[in-house]
Amino acid sequence: MTTPILQVKGICKYFGAITALENVDLQVSAGEVLGVIGDNGAGKSTLMKTISGLNPASKGEIMFQGKPVKFNTPRDARDLGIEMVYQDLALAGNLPIAQNIYLGREPTKRFGLINRIDHKRCLEMSQEHLDNLKIHVKSAKQKVEELSGGQRQAVAIARATAFDANLVIMDEPTAALAVKEVSKVLDLIKRLKSLNVAVIIISHRMDDIFAVCDRVMALFHGRNFAEDSIKETSHDELIGWIMGTTQNKNGISQ
Amino acid sequence: MNDTSTKSPMVNISVEMRAKIGSVLDHYGILILIAIMMLALHILQPDVFFTWRNLTNVFKQTAWQATLALGMFIVIVTAGIDLSVGSILMLSLMALAITSKAGFPWIVVMVVPIIVGVICGYLNGVGITKLRMPHPFIMTLGTLYLFRGVGNLVSGGVPISGFAEEVNFLGTGRIKLDWLLGEGAREYIPVSLIFVIFLYLVVWFYLEHTQHGRWIFGIGGNPNAARAVGINVDNMLILVYTICGGLAGVAALILAGRTNSGYPNAGLQSELDAIAAVIIGGASFFGGRGTVIGVFSGVFLMGLLRNGLNLMDVSVFWQQIMIGAIIIIAVYVDVLRREISTRR
Repeated sequence: MTTPILQVKGICKYFGAITALENVDLQVSAGEVLGVIGDNGAGKSTLMKTISGLNPASKGEIMFQGKPVKFNTPRDARDLGIEMVYQDLALAGNLPIAQNIYLGREPTKRFGLINRIDHKRCLEMSQEHLDNLKIHVKSAKQKVEELSGGQRQAVAIARATAFDANLVIMDEPTAALAVKEVSKVLDLIKRLKSLNVAVIIISHRMDDIFAVCDRVMALFHGRNFAEDSIKETSHDELIGWIMGTTQNKNGISQ
Repeated sequence: MNDTSTKSPMVNISVEMRAKIGSVLDHYGILILIAIMMLALHILQPDVFFTWRNLTNVFKQTAWQATLALGMFIVIVTAGIDLSVGSILMLSLMALAITSKAGFPWIVVMVVPIIVGVICGYLNGVGITKLRMPHPFIMTLGTLYLFRGVGNLVSGGVPISGFAEEVNFLGTGRIKLDWLLGEGAREYIPVSLIFVIFLYLVVWFYLEHTQHGRWIFGIGGNPNAARAVGINVDNMLILVYTICGGLAGVAALILAGRTNSGYPNAGLQSELDAIAAVIIGGASFFGGRGTVIGVFSGVFLMGLLRNGLNLMDVSVFWQQIMIGAIIIIAVYVDVLRREISTRR
């Protein structure tokens, strides 16, 4: 395989005296979907937040396209095309869909000495992007608080993909969705893969993992526990990984 | 839809009608209220109320309050609160008076209160974010006492009067209308009114059409969303409180012009008036919602009320009761509006 787009080595994260992550490694390549599984409190979300820059690691190395990088804020990560869809979606309900998609990166045009937001372009770009993703809403002017759970999830994904992302991280993207909406999200992930985007997905739903992932890794008590290609593993084995009982046959963890 | 829930008296109206009523109330509710009030005052005081002199008086009296409320509005949009604006105003006013008394040129005297306001606001912002105060209420409650204390300390707690004409221009200046209404016309437009409208337009543009403005609303809607997209929330909050403080300094400059003096009681409880105006104007106390025109209307409504009750010789005590009632009624109307316009 080629150089991974993102490589994470020896990540440690401490919250006071608590060790949330201990020497965790992870890598993902362009066009690859990596599933991350583990029990509650295993450190999945914490690990993802260190990669997205929201919650920088205490120790460890992050390599992007082979070069070491440092993410102190989500801005640093987003500038390299690393986007995250948070479990709570992190949308501003009081703002319209379009302004949520472009929040923090509004298209502007020169207006005298200052840059003013190009609201018209913002709206057009959003509408076009939503159409591309086959996400249907009444209008991109609609406030997010008026949307259903599935629509909100879709807006969060639209925001993560609006700027040619290299890597999209999704934290439990299907947990709060109805069955019909789940398949839409899974289709979206497949479409990202086909566009050569790397995807990391955290999920508790084994069906989702087997539907979209190429590879799956498990965390247990904040450490790497097991990892394998999805073809080499089984539903039962993954459950064992989550429980921390079945060790991986390749024996990754110490 | 047709269940028998009787939570709101509005449940029997059709959905489209509700959406329409909701949207009309949303956009024009307070303006309708103002129109009704003006009509009532006109009927009650036909000789006085609708005169140029009286109406310009209302504007002149409320110009500084409108400026305070504008700063408060930006803070409230972030789901914050600034209890110290009245004290910032007083400290800025005293700084102006002292500089004036010390004989500095008028341009310095005019800039000083704004600088003082900006510094005070910056301190509030830094305290709230860097000292990780649990709520802006606490930091600004502290500075409410602190800034007023400093103001009393530096001025000795006594009024200082008499400023240069240039300094007073913003507060008392008049734009004559002879050219429009003929030679010798006594009608004029207060400079303070024009200036306040200008300030409101600038802030409106800032909030609606710049990235900062949208980020401020985003922070008010969901600070985690703002953080997740890489907005530096702390820096934005420091900026917001600094703007609020700066506007309190500008309010001091307007008030100085109007009263031609700096006095230790200036701005006492005016933070509460500012909060009231913002809330009456339809902004949400929980952040992310509200309009600049709403704030202006809120200020104007309170000004009209005071003016009307004064014209009718109603005691100040009744004015307090009325303003209290209006706050509650205005917010209740807002609650009803939400019930009407959301489909439930």
